[in-house]
Amino acid sequence: MASTGKFEYAPAPESRTIVDIKSSYGLFIGGEFVDGNGTSFKSISPASEEVLAEVAEATEADVDRAVRAARQAYDKVWSKLPGSERAKYLYRIARIMAERSREFAVLESLDNGKPIKESRDVDLPLVSQWFFYYAGWADKLSYAGLGPDPRALGVAGQVIPWNFPIMMLAWKIAPALAAGNTVVLKPAETTPLTALLFAEVCQQADLPPGVVNIITGAGDTGQALVEHRDVDKVAFTGSTSVGKAIARSVAGTSKKVTLELGGKAANIVFDDAPLDQAVEGIVGGIFFNQGHVCCAGSRLLVQENVYDAVIDRLKARMSTLRLGDPLDKNTDIGAINSAEQLARIKELSDIGDAEGAERWSVPCEIPANGFWFPPTIFTGVTQAHRIAREEIFGPVLSVLTFRTPSEAVEKANNTPYGLSAGVWTEKGSRILSMANQLRAGVVWANTFNKFDPASPFGGYKESGYGREGGRHGLAAYLQGASA
Amino acid sequence: MTRLDVRKTHKLYIGGVFPRSESGRTFEAVDAKGGFLANMALASRKDGRDAVLAARKAFGGWSSRTPYNRGQVLYRVAEVMEGRRDQLIEQIRSGAGVADKPATASVDAAIDRVVWYAGWADKYVQVLGNANPVSGPYFNLSSPEPTGVVAVVAPSDPLLGLVSVIAPAIATGNTVVVIASETVPVPAVTMSEIMATSDLPGGVVNILTGHAAEIAPWLASHMDVNALDLGGVEDPDLAASLEVAAADNLKRVLRAPTAQVDWLAEPSLARLEAFVETKTVWHPIGV
Repeated sequence: MASTGKFEYAPAPESRTIVDIKSSYGLFIGGEFVDGNGTSFKSISPASEEVLAEVAEATEADVDRAVRAARQAYDKVWSKLPGSERAKYLYRIARIMAERSREFAVLESLDNGKPIKESRDVDLPLVSQWFFYYAGWADKLSYAGLGPDPRALGVAGQVIPWNFPIMMLAWKIAPALAAGNTVVLKPAETTPLTALLFAEVCQQADLPPGVVNIITGAGDTGQALVEHRDVDKVAFTGSTSVGKAIARSVAGTSKKVTLELGGKAANIVFDDAPLDQAVEGIVGGIFFNQGHVCCAGSRLLVQENVYDAVIDRLKARMSTLRLGDPLDKNTDIGAINSAEQLARIKELSDIGDAEGAERWSVPCEIPANGFWFPPTIFTGVTQAHRIAREEIFGPVLSVLTFRTPSEAVEKANNTPYGLSAGVWTEKGSRILSMANQLRAGVVWANTFNKFDPASPFGGYKESGYGREGGRHGLAAYLQGASA
Repeated sequence: MTRLDVRKTHKLYIGGVFPRSESGRTFEAVDAKGGFLANMALASRKDGRDAVLAARKAFGGWSSRTPYNRGQVLYRVAEVMEGRRDQLIEQIRSGAGVADKPATASVDAAIDRVVWYAGWADKYVQVLGNANPVSGPYFNLSSPEPTGVVAVVAPSDPLLGLVSVIAPAIATGNTVVVIASETVPVPAVTMSEIMATSDLPGGVVNILTGHAAEIAPWLASHMDVNALDLGGVEDPDLAASLEVAAADNLKRVLRAPTAQVDWLAEPSLARLEAFVETKTVWHPIGV
């Protein structure tokens, strides 16, 4: 398709000189970088396959060292500080993250592959805001309605994914520290660099050593952390299959667990919806962050009588998306995070073809190096198709149709997941009626993929349990309080 | 001539009716001294599955009742319990072998407990939910919704423990499949008769009598059960294995208590909170 009406833009790359990437990183334990006992692995830029840094792979002994540092910091320092003092550390971190946000945004886009536009305008502002929001809770816990004398759990072991590396770090660390816990956090193996840079922020904020420990590694490291006997709390964001393995591994212990897992969200467009706005929301819902979003609106449900109008506009809008260099300020679609994830997206898309759905991809130029997948929609999808049931975690949208609101509800809820849903209609009463019936933890009406530190986020069913954000997010890190 | 009494057949309670176990099996309920009390239906895994089906079928209707109505129904349960007070006291006395005074205290507390939770039915949403001040033109509200079908291993305390785990789960709109106290099962059968005559729709509460260790694993691994209450599991190995099975579809698990529970003490909100999901709705604001 000719890109009619598409403006030509000159390249406008953000400079990467703002960030100083070291050639290798150790583990951040007890307030300083130390060598690990294991081997190291490389973190690459998924847009170019360039090696960015060598990172230590923490062994079980390293995990133990980190947990002991966190325990000591909890017993000797952090649990004895008044909430008002914990708050001030968190406010400091919030301010530093705002001051250094460009540096973090550039590093995030390099290591993760997401467009600078998103890391700069979404991820980093939310990181600072998250710390600022929870800072204020640290000395107000007894007002949170979570019991008369809310107490910290102790040491939290936190394992986060690669799709929003620094944002997920903030979602985990800010409430944990505000509630009075100390943490050992493991970033994903493909995106460890912003977490390691965050370690410097902890030093800059004079955070007491051991309150935050960052250990890098892959699945084995994460498992050692989750299963460590002296961890009181496990917080995990990632795949449903790993979430289930964690739920099994903590069985019979007293560990408190929150799991934020996969999704297959329905984005429901009624015939009275403002269609241009809805199309923007559909595009943002599935192509934001290359579709590497657990709450992505990956199943579009369109009311039959506006199907043609929606699909035409959607294809036209998708044709204007710019795929390419994540550091270019005009880029809409960055790189797929890893070769492994790209293979998964290709596999499920090929299954979509084989099962009879019709594929349409934006005809765009794919860079020679790195991992890329063009924004794609499948039409003619039925509920039985694997692309309508399984999480693809990429820029691939499955389109289904419905006639009545009850049919939309039935189709939307026909999934083992229940993280999010979207409803597009001009009718307020219909929004609330649909919201009541959708079995999902977050329902966006006439918008999608909105996040806010004051707003609880988390799923029903196999999308996990517990909430992050808001007053509810504190409960995950306090004794007695239900998550 | 003394009148020959009509003895009761003690059956299961599934979908609002009283079937025998499909397995045809029974076991003997005995009093505290080991004397025969009654033949009880010995529930099988098939009975467990039937109960889950009934609970799932009842969930849509019960969860969409108004909170006020659910409170009314629970209060009605307490009213009918009051009418059966003497029978319940006698069953606690004979089954658990306790004296008249503690048996009476326990039954009275059980009735009061149901009243307490009846009152929560139209209030917990206000306590557990709230509006969220987000940075954008949205009315953002978080409110608790029922988790779904909850499988419950009831505590050994045969009546007070039983109602203390059923009432909070159904007050919030869940439906339940309950494995009654294995040692003193008779009061649970009386409770099922009370619930069947208290405007509680069939299937909201399903009660199985039998061996928890036999039936609970099937409920813990059942893919249409959303949550698991291990309140009455005393064997830590069984509790751990049930928690492992529950992970297959990420059931919400309320773990077995680590210390003796004082059921007479006023409960916290923990059991109301255990089986609800927080839903957050972003409603646009605009003209």
